[in-house]
Amino acid sequence: MTHAHDDLSGLLSHAEELYRDTSFSAVRAWKRRTGGLALGFMPIYVPRELLAAQDVLPVGLMGGGEMEIIRGDAYYQSYICHIPRSTIELGLNGSLDALDGVVFPAICDVIRNLSGMWTMLFPGKLVHYLDVPQDFDPAVGGAFYRDDLLHLSRKIVAHGGRPLETERLRAAIVAYNRANGLVRELYELRREQPWKVPTHELYLLLRAGLVVPVDEQIAMLERYLAFVEDDDERRPMDQARVLLTGSFCEQPPLGLIKTLERTGCYIVDDDFVQVGRWIRHDVPTEGDPLDALVEAFLHDAIASPTRWCESEAKGADLVRRVEHSGAEGVIFCAPSFCDPALLDQPMTVAAVERAGIPWTAFKYAENAGQFQVIREQAGTFADSIKLWSGA
Amino acid sequence: MSAPSVVPKDASQDRQKRMIAAHFDRLAEVEERGEKAVYTFVPGNLTELLLSFGVAPVLPEINALQSGMRGLSKDYIARAEKDGHSEDVCTYVKCDIGMSRGGNVGPTGKRLPKPDLLLLSYTGCFTFLKWFELLREEYDAPTAMLHVPYQGGGTITDAMRKYVVDQLKSKVIPALERITGRAYDEDLLSEHLARSAKAEDDLVHVLESARHRPSPIDAYFGGVYYIGPIFTAFRGTEDAVDYYAELRAEIDERVRLGLGPVTPDGELEKERYRVVVEGPPNWTSFREFWRMFVDEGAVVVASTYTKVGGVYDNGFRHDPSRPLESLAEYCLGCYTNLDLPTRVDMLSRYVTDYEADGFLINSVKSCNSFSAGQLLILRQVEERTGRPGGFIESDLVDPRYFSAANIKNRLESYFQMIEQKRSRGDAR
Repeated sequence: MTHAHDDLSGLLSHAEELYRDTSFSAVRAWKRRTGGLALGFMPIYVPRELLAAQDVLPVGLMGGGEMEIIRGDAYYQSYICHIPRSTIELGLNGSLDALDGVVFPAICDVIRNLSGMWTMLFPGKLVHYLDVPQDFDPAVGGAFYRDDLLHLSRKIVAHGGRPLETERLRAAIVAYNRANGLVRELYELRREQPWKVPTHELYLLLRAGLVVPVDEQIAMLERYLAFVEDDDERRPMDQARVLLTGSFCEQPPLGLIKTLERTGCYIVDDDFVQVGRWIRHDVPTEGDPLDALVEAFLHDAIASPTRWCESEAKGADLVRRVEHSGAEGVIFCAPSFCDPALLDQPMTVAAVERAGIPWTAFKYAENAGQFQVIREQAGTFADSIKLWSGA
Repeated sequence: MSAPSVVPKDASQDRQKRMIAAHFDRLAEVEERGEKAVYTFVPGNLTELLLSFGVAPVLPEINALQSGMRGLSKDYIARAEKDGHSEDVCTYVKCDIGMSRGGNVGPTGKRLPKPDLLLLSYTGCFTFLKWFELLREEYDAPTAMLHVPYQGGGTITDAMRKYVVDQLKSKVIPALERITGRAYDEDLLSEHLARSAKAEDDLVHVLESARHRPSPIDAYFGGVYYIGPIFTAFRGTEDAVDYYAELRAEIDERVRLGLGPVTPDGELEKERYRVVVEGPPNWTSFREFWRMFVDEGAVVVASTYTKVGGVYDNGFRHDPSRPLESLAEYCLGCYTNLDLPTRVDMLSRYVTDYEADGFLINSVKSCNSFSAGQLLILRQVEERTGRPGGFIESDLVDPRYFSAANIKNRLESYFQMIEQKRSRGDAR
C-alpha cells in the first residue's frame, strides 16, 4: 500500500497515524498482501537487512507510548522501566498478533529477561535473543555474531521464511543503505538548518519507518526531504542548539519533544530510534554480504551505553557529537530506571563538564503526560545558553 | 562473604572466618609484597586462572555486601548519589564507588589495593559492564573484557563455548601475562581445577542435605556462608577443599543427630515450614530478615542465590582435563545467565525435590538481572507445582529499601496461608 503524500501535511499525518497505531494495522495489511512473516524487534539495533532478505517484515517495537497499561503492570515491580510493561500489554491485548515472533537484542537485563518471558507467554512464536558481541575482534566476536545471525536465519526458515540467499541479502543491504542514508541526510540537514527539520517531524518519520517495508520508508523520507528543502517559509528562530542523549531504548512521548522545541531548543542531535543510524556509513555491498554486516557492526557502529567502550575515554564520542552538531548544550534525557543510560551518565556528564559544555538532566517515562516541570527546566536551560554562551 | 558470629559456631565457620581475614590482610599488603591485584566479579569468576598467575582477586560485590552487613553502605551510597549517580541504579555499584572515593578502605577496615587489572567477566548481569567502565574511570586501570553469552535459548551451544574460550586465549590470558610477567601455565591451572571439583562435590552434598527432614541447613541464609569460599577468592585452593570437607562432615553429623539448622539464635528446634527462595538476600538487615523466618519455624531448603556464582547441583564440575572449555562452561552456566524458562524449571524442581511447602521471591530493587520477570516466574512456578508463592521486596545494600514491618507482615501472611492450606488438606 502506498500513499500519494501530495503535501507535507498529508505525509506527516500518515507518519503520525503509523506512529500512533498500536494495533499495527500497516503490518497486518502487509501480511494480508504478501503472506510474508513479520518479526518484531526491540530497540536498539538488529540487522533488518537479514530479515528483509528472507522476505520478513522487520517491525520496530518501541513500547506502547501513551497507551493505558492494565495487565503489563502486573508483570513488573515499580522500579523497572516502562517499555517492557507496555510491550507485554501489547502482546497480551492482541496488538502484536500479526507478528510471527520477536527478536530481542542485547540491551540490558530487563529486555534480556523479556525474551524469556515472551517464550513462556507466547508459545509457538519465534523468540530470538540476539546476543550482539562485546568483543570486536572479527575472528572472535565477529565469528560469534555471524553464527548468531545464521542461527536467527535458520529459525526464520523453520517458521516458514525464505532461506537466506547471498544476492537477496546484498539487495536488502542496498535498500537499507538508501533508507539509512536518507536518515543521515535528514540529520545533517537538521544540523545545518534545524528550523527546516523540526525534531518532532523527523521523529515521526523515524517511527513510521519502523512498521513499513523499506521501499515505503524510502519513499516517505524522499518526499519529506523534497518538501522541506523547498520550503522557504521555514525560517530560523532564536533557539538554543541542544543535543539530547539517553533516549535510545524507551522513547520519550512526542509531547516531550514538542515541549522542548517550544521552550526554545533546536534539537540538533539525538539518540532516538537508532536502528537506522547504528551503522555510521553504508554497509559495503561487495564481497560476502553477511561478512559485511558483521564487519559493520564490529567497526562502524556508533558509541552506545549498551556497547563496551573498549578503546577510548567514556564520553569522548558525545563531546565529538556536540562539536560536530554545533550544539551549545547537552540535555541528558533518559527514561526512569534505564540502567544503561543512567549508569553511563556520570561518566558522560564528567566528559561534557571537562569540555566546558553546559548540560542539564531529567528523566521521563514513555507514558508521561505532564511536562510542566520539564518545560520550565528546559526553558531555563535554553535561556541560560542564549544569555551566557559565547555565541 | 565472612560469617558474622553465629551461636553456636561450627569449626568450619571459624575456619572460613580465618580464611577471609587472611585474604583481606593479603590484599592490604599486595603492593608491599610486589603482588598484583585483579578486580573481578563473582558470577563467571576465573579464580583458578587468577591463582595460576599468582594474583590477588578483589571482588567488588563482596566488598559491597560486606559493607552492607557492617552498616557502612548507607554512607557510601549517599556519597555516590551526591556525586551524580542515579537513585534508580544498582546499589552495589554505588556502594563500591562511594567506598572507593572514601579512600578504598575495605569492609574489614584495611585499605584495598588499586587494581592492576579490571577483569570484567560479563556474566549474567549487564550492570557489570557499566560498573567496570566506572571503575576504569576511578582507577585508570587496564581492563580485560570477557563477554559470556546469555543462554537465551536455554542451552550452551558450541559457538558460545568457543567464543568464551577464544576470548580467554586472545584477551584474558595475555592481559594476565602482561601484568604479571608470567607465562600461562595450563598444568598449574588444571591442578587448581581438580581442587575446585573436589570442593564442588562437597558443596553439593551440603546443599542437598536439605532434602532431609528436618533439614540440617538453611540453604539461603545459612547458604550464603556455605558458598562464601567457593564463590570468591578460594575456589581451587587447598583451603577451600579443607573447608568444604569439614563442613560436609559437620552437616553429616547434624543429619545423623536429626538436628535442624543453626540460626542467629542457635539451633532451630522445630521445622514448621520448608520453603524455596529465589533472589538475593538483603544484606543491611540480614539477621533481622533471617529471624523473621526463624520466628515462624521456616527453613529455606533450596535457593537460587546460592547458584549465582556457579550451578553445581546439575552435575557440572570444573574439569581439569579441559581447563579452558570447563571455565567457559562454568561461566555460561551461572544462575543469572540462564533464561527465564530454565529458571522456572529449576525452581519448580527445587520445590518438588526438596518437598517444600512453597516458595518465596525476595525481589531486590538493585538487580534487574534477577528481578525483571520474577512476577511471571511466581505464576509459572505456582502453576507447575501447585504450591503457593510469596513475594517480598527489598534491596541488596541500601537500607532505605528494607521495610521490616512490611516484610514481616507479608511473611506472616504467607505462612498463615500455608497453614490454612494445610488445614484444608490441599497442601503437602
